[in-house]
Order: sequence, then C-alpha cells, then structure tokens
Amino acid sequence: MDDLTRLTAADLAQKLSASEVSSEEATRAHLERIASVDPDVHAFLHVASERAIETAKAVDARRASGETLGPLAGVPVAIKDVLCTQDMPSTSGSKILEGWVPPYDATVVRKLREAELIPLGKTNMDEFAMGSSTEHSAFGPTHNPWDLERIPGGSGGGSAAAVAAFEAPLALGSDTGGSIRQPAAVTGSVGVKPTYGGVSRYGAIALASSLDQVGPVTRSVLDAGLLHDVIGGHDPRDSTSIDHEWPSMADAARAGLRDNALKGLRVGVVKEIAGDGEGFQAGVKQRFDETVRLLTAAGAEVVEVSAPSFEYAVAAYYLILPAEASSNLARFDSVRFGMRVNPVSGPVTSERVMAATRDAGFGAEVKRRIILGTYALSAGYYDAYYGSAQKVRTLIQRDFAAAFEQADVLISPAAPTTAFKIGEKVNDPLAMYLNDITTIPANLAGVPGLALPVGLAPEDGLPVGVQLMAPAHEDARLYTVGAALEQLLEAGWGHPLLQSAPSLAQSEMFASEEGAV
Amino acid sequence: MAKAELMDYERAIELFEPVLGFEVHVELNTKTKMFCGCANEFGSGANTNTCPTCLGLPGGLPQVNHQAVESSIRLGLALGCGIAESSRFARKNYFYPDTSKNFQTSQYDEPIAHDGEVTVELESGRRVTVLIERAHMEEDAGKLTHLGTTGRIQGAEYSLVDYNRGGVPLVEIVTRMIEGAEADAPEVGKAYVAHIRELVKALGVSNARMEEGNVRCDANVSLRPRGSNVLGTRTETKNVNSLRSVERAVRYEIQRQAAILDAGGTITQETRHWHEDTGTTSAGRPKSDADDYRYFPEPDLVPVAPSREWVEELRATLPEPPAERRARLREAWGFTALEFQDVANGDLLDAVEATVAEGASPAAARKWWTGEISRVANARGATAGELVSPKHVSELVALVENGDLTDRLARQVLEGVIDGEGSPSQVVEARGLKVVSDDGALIAAIDEALAAQPDVLQKIRDGKVQAAGAVIGAVMKAMRGQADAARVRELVLERAAQ
Repeated sequence: MDDLTRLTAADLAQKLSASEVSSEEATRAHLERIASVDPDVHAFLHVASERAIETAKAVDARRASGETLGPLAGVPVAIKDVLCTQDMPSTSGSKILEGWVPPYDATVVRKLREAELIPLGKTNMDEFAMGSSTEHSAFGPTHNPWDLERIPGGSGGGSAAAVAAFEAPLALGSDTGGSIRQPAAVTGSVGVKPTYGGVSRYGAIALASSLDQVGPVTRSVLDAGLLHDVIGGHDPRDSTSIDHEWPSMADAARAGLRDNALKGLRVGVVKEIAGDGEGFQAGVKQRFDETVRLLTAAGAEVVEVSAPSFEYAVAAYYLILPAEASSNLARFDSVRFGMRVNPVSGPVTSERVMAATRDAGFGAEVKRRIILGTYALSAGYYDAYYGSAQKVRTLIQRDFAAAFEQADVLISPAAPTTAFKIGEKVNDPLAMYLNDITTIPANLAGVPGLALPVGLAPEDGLPVGVQLMAPAHEDARLYTVGAALEQLLEAGWGHPLLQSAPSLAQSEMFASEEGAV
Repeated sequence: MAKAELMDYERAIELFEPVLGFEVHVELNTKTKMFCGCANEFGSGANTNTCPTCLGLPGGLPQVNHQAVESSIRLGLALGCGIAESSRFARKNYFYPDTSKNFQTSQYDEPIAHDGEVTVELESGRRVTVLIERAHMEEDAGKLTHLGTTGRIQGAEYSLVDYNRGGVPLVEIVTRMIEGAEADAPEVGKAYVAHIRELVKALGVSNARMEEGNVRCDANVSLRPRGSNVLGTRTETKNVNSLRSVERAVRYEIQRQAAILDAGGTITQETRHWHEDTGTTSAGRPKSDADDYRYFPEPDLVPVAPSREWVEELRATLPEPPAERRARLREAWGFTALEFQDVANGDLLDAVEATVAEGASPAAARKWWTGEISRVANARGATAGELVSPKHVSELVALVENGDLTDRLARQVLEGVIDGEGSPSQVVEARGLKVVSDDGALIAAIDEALAAQPDVLQKIRDGKVQAAGAVIGAVMKAMRGQADAARVRELVLERAAQ
C-alpha cells in the first residue's frame, strides 16, 4: 500500500476513478506515512485521521453508487494552517490562536470539500506566515525531508515538506513574498502563486492583504494545475478577487506535454535576479544556467531583460508588508477569540489585557514586524515609508510590463540558496529577508509565479528550483511552460527529482533511538 | 461634578464670536451591513446579526454594500455635493473593544461626496448657508455596556459588547467652519441638524430617529474674541442626540468657554460629553489634531467608482428639497407660520399632505394630526403616523363635515380606528355612534327635559338664553352625546318659545 503515497495526484485520481483503489485506502496510506515520518518532519500541526477516513469512505460510497465525481475526488490534501477550517484548529502558526477552531471554512477549503478532496490535516508555518524557514512557528520548526537538519523554507514549510515527504500528494499554501515558491524550491516540490485575485483570500488569515495569494503545492506541474482548477475563480466574498473566465490550468499543463511546446517561446532572463548577485549559491546559479540552456535547446528564444527597480523590491516589501500586517493583526486582542492573558500585576483593564495577551501570544518576529509597520504608517513617516514603497511598487509593475513586451515568460532562480541549516539565520532577520529576493517582485506586481525543481546543487546535493513568471491573468502560460520544462528535466534524470530524496524511514529509526532530542 | 462657571449668554456674544462645525452621523437603513451580509436591524438579540467579517474573525473580508453606496450618493447629491469619480476606503487604526478589527473601515482622503452646501431657515426668517466639506461612508462600531459603578469603561467591573451595530453603514457629514451665526449660533446648530434629519428622511435613506441614534451629532464650538482673526481652541461635544440638545449644548459651550476665556483661562482641545439631564457638558478625552490613526488605504477593498450615468440616474430620483417643499405646502395650505411649524415640528408634513390628497381640507387635516392624533400618540408612546392612515383621517373629517359626527363622537371613532376596529364608517356602524339627526327624537327628549326643569324653562322665556345650557346638557346626555349640540340648542329655544 505504501506506493500509493508515491503517486502523483493525477495518477492517484485516475486509479480512484477506475476503482483500482479506494479513497479510504489512499487516505489510510497517507495517514500511515504521516504517522511514520511526521515525528521527524513535523510538517503537520494537526492531523484529522478519523475525519479524513470518514470523508474518504463517503466519497467511495458516492463513487460506488455511480455518481460522477470531480477530477480530484477522493485525493488527500494537506491545508496550510493559515486557512480557516471549521473542523480543525486554525492557528496560523501562532500561540495566540492555539486551539482556535473557526466557525467557518475559507472559500478555498469549501471548494476542496465540494470537489471531494480529503483534508488530512493542517500544516506548519512561520507564525502568521512571517518567515522563510518555518522556524518562526510557535509550535516548533518543520524539517526538510532532504536533510532533517535543514529548513524546509517558509512560511509554508509544512505544506512543502508534507508533499516532499510523501505525506500528502497535494497541499495548499499561501504566498505573500515567496511562501509557496521558496519552500517548493528548497524541498524539490512544485508551488504556484497565482495572479493576485485569481484565488479567493476569504478565510485566509491575512498577513498583507495586497500581497497574499493562496495557491497549490504539489510534486508535479499537472497536479498543481488540477488543484488550481479546484480552488481558483471569482469569490464575491473577496472584493479583490477577479471576475475572469479562467482557462483550465490542468489543460494548460497537459498542453505543455505535447511535442514542441516550447518552440518559439520567448523566455526572459531577468538580469537583476539571474543568480549573479551577492547571496546566490554557485550550485543554484549552475542549475539555473543549465535550465536556460535546456529551454534554448528545446526551441525557446532566450532574451535578457532588465528590471532595474527589482533592486528596491525587498526594501519596499518590508515596508508594505509590515504596514498591512500591523493593521491586520490588530484584531488579535483576546476580546472575541483566541488566547487571553491577564496582566501579571496592576489593574485588569481591557487595554492592559489586550497588551498582556499580545505580549504573550505573539512571537518575536511578529512583534518586530508589527512595530516596523506601525512606525511606517505613523503620521509624518507615512509618505517617506509606506508612500515611497507604493511608488516602488508601481515602478516594479512597469518593469514587469516592459519585460513582458520582450518575453512571454520570465525565469529566475526560485531562491538564492538551497536549504540552509535550522538555526543558521534565525537571529539574522536581514539574511532571512533576502531569501525572498527573487520571489517578492511577483507579489508586489500581482503577477503569477511557478516554482519547480531543476536538480540538485553539486556542492550540497540539495534541491534547486527555478521560478517562471507570466503577466497577470496568464497563469495558464506558466503551467504549459512549467509542464514542458518538467518533462524535459525528468527525461534527463529518468525520474522525478523527489525520487532521489531520502526515504526517511531510517532517519525515523535514528531519531527514536536517540530518544527525545 | 461642580457645574462650570457660565457667562451670561448675551455678554458672551458681545465679547466673542462663536465659530461652529458639525459632524453628523447618519445611520443608513440598508437591509444589510456596510461590509457583510448581516442584517442591519435594531433590537435583535445581542451578537445575533454577526458573521466572521463584522466580528473581525481571522480571515474575514469586507465587501462594499451597493445599496449603501447608492444611499450615500443620493445623500451627497441632496447636500449639493460633487460625487467623486473614484473614492476609497481607508483603515483608521485604534484599539477599542467595540471595534472588532481594531480598525474602523472609513473613507479618509477620498470621500464619496465633497463640497456641498445647505441653507437653513431660522424662526426669525434669517437664512444661513452651511458649507459641507464632505460626506463619507464608514461603518458603525459595536455597543459596549459597562457594568460597575461608573457606567464608563474606566472603573467598570466588566463590559459587555454587542457587535450587532458593528458594521452598520453610516454616512458622516462634515461641515466647514460656520462663521457669522453670532447670537443665532445655537439655533443654527439645531436648524442644521433638523435640516439633515429632514433630508435623509425625505430621501428614505435613514429611519432618521434621533432617539434611536439614527442621526447623531457632534458639535464643535470655539470662540474668537471680537476683533481677533485667530480661531479659538475648539471642543467637540459628542453624541448630542436631539434637536433641542444641539441648541442647548452649543449655547452651554459658548457660555462655558466665554467664562473661561474672560477669566484669562485657556480652552482645552478635547471631546466633551453631553449630559441631557443637567444640560451641561463635561470633559472627555483630549483630542489633538495630531491624533495618529495611521490611516492607509484599505487593501481588502477596491475603489468605489460610480459611473457618471449612474450618478445622474440617482440625481433624477431625488425628492423635492425639504425647504422648497415646505414653502410650497405652506402656501398651498394657507397656514400661518405658527400653524405650519406645528405640523413641521410634529413631523406631520407627510401625514397632512396625504390627508389633504385624500380630500380633507388642510385646516381639518392639521387640526386632527396636531391635535387628537398626536395626543393619543404621545399617550401611547407611538408616532402619529403609525396610528392611523391619512385615508381614514380624511374619512373622519368628511363625516364631521357632513354632520354625521360631532367632534366628540369623532374622537371616539378615531379611538376605534386606532384600536383596529376598522375604517371610521365601520366604527360608526359597529359602535352606533352616528349623530341623531331625527328632530322628532330630539324634540321628545327636549320636551321631557324642559318639563323636568320648569325654572329653567321660565328663565329662557324671560330672555335668559344662556340658561338653555342646562337643558341642552340634559338632552345631550339623554342622547348619549350622539346629537348635534347646535341643532339641539335651536330646538330648545324653539320649544321653549311655544
């Protein structure tokens, strides 16, 4: 049964549809895998075993009765803890929400249920999605399945690790500055940040409203397309959601598998984030360059484009994000939900209870960003900080517009380095922030980005990912190009990259022998 | 709290020029809240009209209420404002438990309506133009109930919060500085708020009940010493929620500030609480222009950009401006200023107009609405308009004018109508209240009364006509009031002479 966890979602869905396996079997296989490896990986904050099996049985029953089910019906899925689920705690990785079960489902979760996927549980993340390593989770870090001493990226390290460790074929993530794509890159998985407004944010616990976007985390481009098709589309509950006729992303991915799918495609290499700058690892640069050559060999026309304003992207991002976050996180005040802490001494007033709760409930990184954002929005500083950052944002949008005049898609490394060691950068926020240097521009401009694995860095044997970017609304183009590239790469390797990852069964034994660490 | 030193009002006006400004919050009567689908309903069980969005739960997102935008545009147009081609919501950030998100979603630097003016008329006939700076959309806060000794959040043992009102749509109308009101300043305040109330009612965008907080006024008052061109420090008296209170609060602040300034003191820039019972204000929280709400554009909403076509469509739906309507009705009805004010102040213009339209004379319609119907309404704690329909009032008036009912009988009929016994004719029928117009029956009763009171008969015959009253009374009593007293009088004199 163990091999059921090795299937792509597309293949599993096919077996389910052909009644070769049941959803219950597939679900149990994944739950067993979770039980076996998650004590080491810690991708999950909550596993809903019984509920998942019940749901799977119900789907099996409906299939048995001859009902026509959706393309992913019966396939298990992991859900990032930033998303509200009415039957599971939703903590956003924060102590302040420990144990909080929302009274409602996020729109994307509702859509998963309607499409009859099987929620397995909730995945770990940096607290309120603030971080690039999942070390800022209030519930302990997630470990990279390729090397348990390393970070799985962040903030969505839990979702990426879950799919990379074969604990789930599919996962949902959220991406504010790279939280889907950077973890995908460092775990050898696929992650997509859709066009801003392409997927509903209703029920996603907000970090930075103008940047956040929910998207798929998977092991193949086609799987990402299948999941994107389930969660995407207009939602009247999210005013920033786009009312647009989206094509099927899965169909777009399948189109990429045809011969000559890349012929004549104009691929822009963005000079400023092409891996030459400071902070880029040599192996990352090497795999990136090889990928570009592979595209050329497949008939793509590679052009160099320049996006001079990208230089200011990280700086602008770290003004806009904290500003919006400081306001979005104001609601965590103990009055209506979540943790409540009374002041240790002195009068117990509502203001002091709020302060004591926020002091006890928020971690250091969250406090750092709330303080930054509060400062950036303060009277007298607004124009210099938030105002200037918004101007940079406009410039970055213009850079993208100009680049897309010359190229159909843009390409860059998805992260400047491979997975670093747990603890290595946790006390150096700036170094941590620079991890998202290649992913942040897409969020600032609202354009879609797809990360997929392109090999292992020679120096450390860890996964390297590239990022493809397309103009807003052109997510389908990413799936076509991504699937085509993935096919070329896997043809070269002879198998998907994740087959090279450690099985983890042994390391589990090591861990248990060593006892409590 | 010691009552503050007050300066005599006339003296205060001699020394200082009052400068006013008003912020009036109008609660819109939309079906649902400003940013979610919850019912906008007064009086539901605590926290029943709530959802993740208006409760500020993690993940909740706002959606702009189309009806609220429409109402705001119509109100803006009625205030003579320009309607912005694109307006935006912003977040006003501050921590307070009645604000579920700890920010209020409100329009800030890009309001939907801007730069209007209204002209109000004072009792003296003086007309004062008030410039409107802006009218913007925002959401109301929840309602806090502080339990403990003080009734305020400070010193409360605990507080209860009800978010039913949280997220209810408001339009805040902000005036520019009103200068030159002079001694009329309190009345200008009252007339302005009355005007807004009348306007929103005529537009149908608000229930406009001040007692339920549908229209709430914050009054800014400052004093400028005569001969100075420097503005004084202002105070903002919050939640002055009746027309009379607006007048009293402005007058009180003028007198209070004048006393302080004249004694060489300074005014603290602050909000002040209005105390209806004592007619005084007391210090609230210090308010500085530098209050930092860290406003920034609401990233969860897109700009509100009403098309010009839509704005023009809405302009075509505006009702006749209240002032013009009043002038027209007064002329048409031929009322004196006092008579008209009676109707207008009683909020009875619609009722009288509709009753006249049903065929009643303006005078009779006015008499019934401002008289008996208002009296019953007061006694029952209801509003006149809820008690009886203009059609029924018109029917009642017709019955009186035809001589079918006396005024006294008509009042009984009205009572029956109010109690739901049917139309006036049906009540007359059911209660048997019609005037006895059969002279035969009257004459029999009169003869009997005269026979019973021979001394009175003699007096009448002696020319003391006023003595007839006793007989008339007896006859009316015998007829259980169902007789026309004038006809009875005629017949009494006739029979006595025989």
